[in-house]
Amino acid sequence: MFAGILIFAASDLPYRGDPDNLMHAEESITGTTVKGNYFIKNAYRDTRTPNMVTVVLGDYRSIDTFGEQVVIYTAGLITLLVLRKTRRRRA
Amino acid sequence: MRRQFQSPIVLLGARLLSPYIMVFGWYVIIHGHYSPGGGFQGGALLAASVLLIRVAGGRRVARLQIQEFATTPLAVIGVVIYFATGLVAMAMGGYFLDYSALPIPGMEPEWLRYTGILIIEVGIGLAVMAILVMIYDNMVRGEDYA
Repeated sequence: MFAGILIFAASDLPYRGDPDNLMHAEESITGTTVKGNYFIKNAYRDTRTPNMVTVVLGDYRSIDTFGEQVVIYTAGLITLLVLRKTRRRRA
Repeated sequence: MRRQFQSPIVLLGARLLSPYIMVFGWYVIIHGHYSPGGGFQGGALLAASVLLIRVAGGRRVARLQIQEFATTPLAVIGVVIYFATGLVAMAMGGYFLDYSALPIPGMEPEWLRYTGILIIEVGIGLAVMAILVMIYDNMVRGEDYA
């Protein structure tokens, strides 16, 4: 039943790549500018990279990607600290 | 107690597969500008190729490839590549992680951004590979696996 609800909701999604979609518009409903429009327009011109996702991850939002890398690094360090077999001293 | 043995067939299969997975991992990292992929996915593939040898061959064989003490410095190098790229760009007068300020002579700002994305993807790949291998090493530490 839950899958039925999901399929019914997905049948109403806008078509992929349709330029009239709201998320591709220059202004949102509330009148603010949409950043995705800028990315779509200028990603290739700024970086000569055809893959827009790479440009957004690596250039426009690179500090966020740096944060992800630090998160993974912290996870590795925590496994080093928690799982490392240390010789327990009995007092 | 179960007897542990080394199977030469499993080791041979892993040795056959591992270099191709590693090459495909570097392909995913470096070709991330043109196709789906990038540092995280390519790093996971590199870690898969390393871990395949570790699972199949055991510690004695794995010591020949990437030693256990080498994974932590590799992870640090990966993070530092990313951070140093941002810091160098900031030191040369741009913003933090503004690749168009990188001091590589003879390149337009657009191609500098292209190169900067490539550099940080390599850093991410190194860090992800080293950290996944490090997690595996720490989990099996002290057990005589394979």
